[in-house]
Amino acid sequence: MAEEKNILSVVDLHTTFATDKGEVMAVNGVSFNLAAGKILGIVGESGSGKSVSAYSIMQILEKNGSIKSGQILYKGEDITKWPESRMRDFRGKCCSIIFQDPMTSLNPVFTIGFQLKEAIKLHTNRTGKEVEKRAIEMLELVGVNEPEKRIHQYPFEFSGGMRQRVMIAMALACEPDILIADEPTTALDVTIQAQILELMKDLQKKLGMAIIMVTHDLGVIAQMADEIIVMYGGRVCERGTAEDIFYRPCHEYTKGLLRSIPNIDSMGKRLEPISGTPINLLNMPKGCAFCPRCDAAMKICLEQQPPETRTVDGHLASCWKAIQAEIEAGMIHVEAPGSGT
Amino acid sequence: MNMNYKPNPENLVEVNDLKMYFPIKTGLFSTTPLKAVDGVTFAIKPGETLGLVGESGCGKTTVGRALIRLYKPTDGDVFFDGKRVDDKSILGLRKDMQMVFQDPYSSLNPRMTVEDIIGEPLDVHHLYTSKADRREQILHLMELVGLNAEHATRYAHEFSGGQRQRIGIARALATNPRFIVCDEAVSALDVSIQAQVINMFEDLQKKLGVAYLFIAHDLLVVHHISKRIAVMYLGKMVETADADELNSNPMHPYTTSLLSAVPYPDPKIAKSSKRIILEGDVPSPLHMPSGCPFRTRCKYATEQCAQEMPKLTDRGNGHMVACWNK
Ligand SMILES: Nc1ncnc2c1ncn2[C@@H]1O[C@H](COP(=O)(O)OP(=O)(O)OP(=O)(O)O)[C@@H](O)[C@H]1O
Ligand SMILES: Nc1ncnc2c1ncn2[C@@H]1O[C@H](COP(=O)(O)OP(=O)(O)O)[C@@H](O)[C@H]1O
Ligand code: SF4
Ligand code: SF4
Ligand SMILES: [Mg+2]
Ligand SMILES: [Mg+2]
Repeated sequence: MAEEKNILSVVDLHTTFATDKGEVMAVNGVSFNLAAGKILGIVGESGSGKSVSAYSIMQILEKNGSIKSGQILYKGEDITKWPESRMRDFRGKCCSIIFQDPMTSLNPVFTIGFQLKEAIKLHTNRTGKEVEKRAIEMLELVGVNEPEKRIHQYPFEFSGGMRQRVMIAMALACEPDILIADEPTTALDVTIQAQILELMKDLQKKLGMAIIMVTHDLGVIAQMADEIIVMYGGRVCERGTAEDIFYRPCHEYTKGLLRSIPNIDSMGKRLEPISGTPINLLNMPKGCAFCPRCDAAMKICLEQQPPETRTVDGHLASCWKAIQAEIEAGMIHVEAPGSGT
Repeated sequence: MNMNYKPNPENLVEVNDLKMYFPIKTGLFSTTPLKAVDGVTFAIKPGETLGLVGESGCGKTTVGRALIRLYKPTDGDVFFDGKRVDDKSILGLRKDMQMVFQDPYSSLNPRMTVEDIIGEPLDVHHLYTSKADRREQILHLMELVGLNAEHATRYAHEFSGGQRQRIGIARALATNPRFIVCDEAVSALDVSIQAQVINMFEDLQKKLGVAYLFIAHDLLVVHHISKRIAVMYLGKMVETADADELNSNPMHPYTTSLLSAVPYPDPKIAKSSKRIILEGDVPSPLHMPSGCPFRTRCKYATEQCAQEMPKLTDRGNGHMVACWNK
């Protein structure tokens, strides 16, 4: 069965934050599957709910946030029902996360070695010399040279790229099945970014783990992801293989996003931006979230949220325009009003 | 400084061997110069864009700031429209040379209205005849950058990132400058909004003939907007060429690896292209390697590279490279 090879399934997840301006629905009915050993990319503009989706899986939301409904199935078990004690084991052993800024996630007053060893002790039953050995092994694995010396150094003595390697080492110390990487290279220079992305792909092959790669960078996602989900306004608007999304986009937002990036051969040509301003979650349209910025918007888009349907070339999108094309291709049959579902 | 240096009259901006050192305390009584910019040379023609790229900390912002004399350069010659820029002449040139900053969130005073932010340079340079004239100029500037006239009385913090960047640009345009340093002016924006702002920069150039020094770390953006591109590494200029030439025929080993590291937004190309992964990190500018600054990471390095810094030399058609072996 398809479900068996999915190590993680998120089903109709709703996550909200209580703010003084009202309740913010940051994740609004998100579903996706993560296949074991694969890389799933989540892409979308800032504020589209990528990080909140990731933090919901780990249950590390800020105090004013909570999962309102939906399921998160890890090997078939709904972890949203798990008590905190079990979640503590889940984090690290089953699923680890690395963040954008490796400086803020390392404690400046402890040595790299101390912090790495704490992570190993917390999640495995190694003791004494074994812990140190494992720490050195892990640093070696992520390509930090002279690890025996390096474990005695402090975070400020490491460059940004090296700190991110340490974070990856910590995250992988207990060989989780899933690694979530939230904008892991956004703060790094391109040459260092290339090192880290290469390292992540390498480790993914070596250790066979699955990766959820969260980023706003279409270049990074193109290089890394097997499958992609595109998010807008807290919802998934399109999903498919990397090739589906980049070569056969069907949702108007995905199309606009791809048109708006500069290309090697776009010099001298005008870019085609998406008009308007980013979404305001406190003021969501009734129908399609992208409607206020969409050039192809129709009357129905204003009124009704588009359901997810199979597109003409076989992946999934939630867009009335795409549905129109599917009707024209005879893939969907529209029944007369009043004749039932 | 070279008092005999003669600028080319075709250039709007000309920079020769610019140096900017910061004294860093290394002990109780000792300081070491941090060579943030160490011998940078380039020129920009009227209405043209020069892109400036390089790793974080390599000195791009410092070049921009020293150029318009927000810093007093340690050494080197800067010319604007044939005039030497120094402490005295800059007072008359301020109007013509402006800067747009990276962060649309912190570079604007949140307690000022849009009208006051854009109007401030008009006040400083006494550029209006009456209150009504001031107001009219402000509204015209807002229209130029695509802001709504109704926004004039609102506060900066009420705007989105893209809109704030527009406010910053309108402010830079207020004095009708001929040259703007854009320091990572689109980097903090989402791609869809980034495209709006890039188009606006290009439109303004066509309409008003402004020249830009466009600093950015996104090479696809820089390539899109620039006529020429200059590549910096550790305070030094290592290569400059026309944008297409640099892209199709990079010569300096650093430029080659920089270009190969760009994640290209196309899965087939991104997954198949062979990357030149550089080993190690950029050395600290306080412990600059001798000779060529790139030699600690360069696989072509030879004895000579440790001895002496290679000079930028013309390899044809203005393609300048500083490397002994390429
Ligand atoms: N006022 C200052 N005092 C001391 N050192 C400085 C100062 N300004 C910059 N530097 C140093 O000079 C070097 C170049 O800095 P600069 O800000 O020009 O880099 P950059 O290329 O703009 O980097 P980024 O891409 O991160 O913006 C860095 O090592 C920086 O730490
Ligand atoms: N602690 C919080 N309180 C209120 N709103 C929040 C909080 N954290 C995130 N949000 C909101 O949730 C939305 C999605 O955020 P996020 O997932 O971080 O976006 P991104 O896609 O950039 O990762 C945003 O509108 C953000 O402002
Ligand atoms: S559903 Fe309508 S408004 Fe939304 S993206 Fe599709 S066409 Fe545009
Ligand atoms: S001068 Fe030498 S070290 Fe520098 S880039 Fe050229 S070959 Fe490499
Ligand atoms: Mg985020
Ligand atoms: Mg800078």
